[in-house]
Amino acid sequence: LAGFGNLMQDVLWCFSQVKGTVDIGVTEADIISTVEFNHTGELLATGDKGGRVVIFQREQESKNQPHRRGEYNVYSTFQSHEPEFDYLKSLEIEEKINKIRWLPQQNAAYFLLSTNDKTVKLWKVSERDKRPEGYNLKDEDGRLRDPSMITVLRVPVLRPMDLMVEATPRRVFANAHTYHINSISVNSDYETYMSADDLRINLWNFEITNQSFNIVDIKPANMEELTEVITAAEFHPHHCNTFVYSSSKGTIRLCDMRTSALCDRHAKFFEEPEDPSNRSFFSEIISSISDVKFSHSGRYIMTRDYLTVKVWDLNMENRPIETYQVHDYLRSKLCSLYENDCIFDKFECVWNGSDSVIMTGSYNNFFRMFDRNTKRDVTLEASRENSKPRAILKPRKVCVGGKRRKDEISVDSLDFSKKILHTAWHPSENIIAVAATNNLYIFQDKVN
Amino acid sequence: QEMEDKVISPEKVEEAKLKARYPHLGQKPGGSDFLRKRLQKGQKYFDSGDYNMAKAKMKNKQLPAAAPDKTEVTGDHIPTPQDLPQRKPSLVASKLAG
Repeated sequence: LAGFGNLMQDVLWCFSQVKGTVDIGVTEADIISTVEFNHTGELLATGDKGGRVVIFQREQESKNQPHRRGEYNVYSTFQSHEPEFDYLKSLEIEEKINKIRWLPQQNAAYFLLSTNDKTVKLWKVSERDKRPEGYNLKDEDGRLRDPSMITVLRVPVLRPMDLMVEATPRRVFANAHTYHINSISVNSDYETYMSADDLRINLWNFEITNQSFNIVDIKPANMEELTEVITAAEFHPHHCNTFVYSSSKGTIRLCDMRTSALCDRHAKFFEEPEDPSNRSFFSEIISSISDVKFSHSGRYIMTRDYLTVKVWDLNMENRPIETYQVHDYLRSKLCSLYENDCIFDKFECVWNGSDSVIMTGSYNNFFRMFDRNTKRDVTLEASRENSKPRAILKPRKVCVGGKRRKDEISVDSLDFSKKILHTAWHPSENIIAVAATNNLYIFQDKVN
Repeated sequence: QEMEDKVISPEKVEEAKLKARYPHLGQKPGGSDFLRKRLQKGQKYFDSGDYNMAKAKMKNKQLPAAAPDKTEVTGDHIPTPQDLPQRKPSLVASKLAG
């Protein structure tokens, strides 16, 4: 992977594109709720609160315009989920797309899973560039021809037409979750996938929609005894029997599906010991893990809690091997962050293709990258002020106290309504997609 | 001995602030109350049993309607299907595709 940023100083991030409109008031439906590249990085999918999916495709690189390193343009868009009302339980079901996960490509069509709180759907996205012409029984408008007028037999031929991209729902996996789905993960066997809600995880076969296996159930017999919920889950990238799930108590469990049908007993339990004298009202809330991701290598897992990102070695359960502070200056703001509910924001985290750099979002449209090798980190901002083509992003700095330098921003000036919860990193190149409320930013490293 | 307590973690300072504002805040913060609230997301208040019983009691009279500006239907008032906000899908295409 030539030119792959192993040293933070070698990678200069530049603005590439921004999608979405500049609105004074943001329509809630336009808020982006998930972003995901497919396995080749050719496609980039977004889901929003309005239940819509937009897929962008990278254009072929052209020798005429070497600086435009493959821009992403709209390829397909469709309404994936619609709002529902469960009359039996008096429950409103949001159409918000919680997660999108791509299946690896096995033929000309693309497949993805999209889910809201209750229902997972398998969508097929395919191209049509030919159309049959010359039907025997109907004319070109589709009207039936008078049979008595037909004297010659003709066979339709396929003729080229303008490219049309169609999205069709191929499977609907419904009615398997009492609680709200937070994660879906495609298994490396490409035959099964899992869906996780607050208390249960189900295993599905792509071909079967009316049944799923329950593989984790942490619902207590007496709900009064409920102490933790499942916050995220993911399959191991290579071992189809292994998966992890994280909890609201800051722990991660690794399970092996070969040991038993119901994986309530974990194979490994990852938890960092906490100094009891440091414990406060906020301790458990800020330790709740909002995202868990396996490294591409499968050797590590990364977790995101409110203030940090941690990297764990699968072979060491008693503490993470690396801890990165995302915005520790918020520790002295926890009271107001609790009052305005920001303390419950669920940030995601991502690995780069070589597992050398990790990225996560913060407030004020800031996002952070940590280089695991050099231990350098950088704070960048997704803003239309830095949106000139190929403009290099200037590192940002938050001033904690005392004298504020000219280009620094003080903690009290941070805009907590501008949160970067969802980001994605191209599987092999230095291209990132950052969702800033209703706008999608695409950044690339500088082309020399 | 008093000198040791001078360095209080910022978290504990924030905790003291919160407890000063909300003295009745639960003893088990990360426990059941939060989690149950999370699990009950999406719960609405229309009860068809209450609705039908109220309708039967009132016989032919109209049920008291909600004030037009009320966005949330709860409490003593018995909601009618007309009061519940309509849940319609977005018919507008995403602006990202524009």
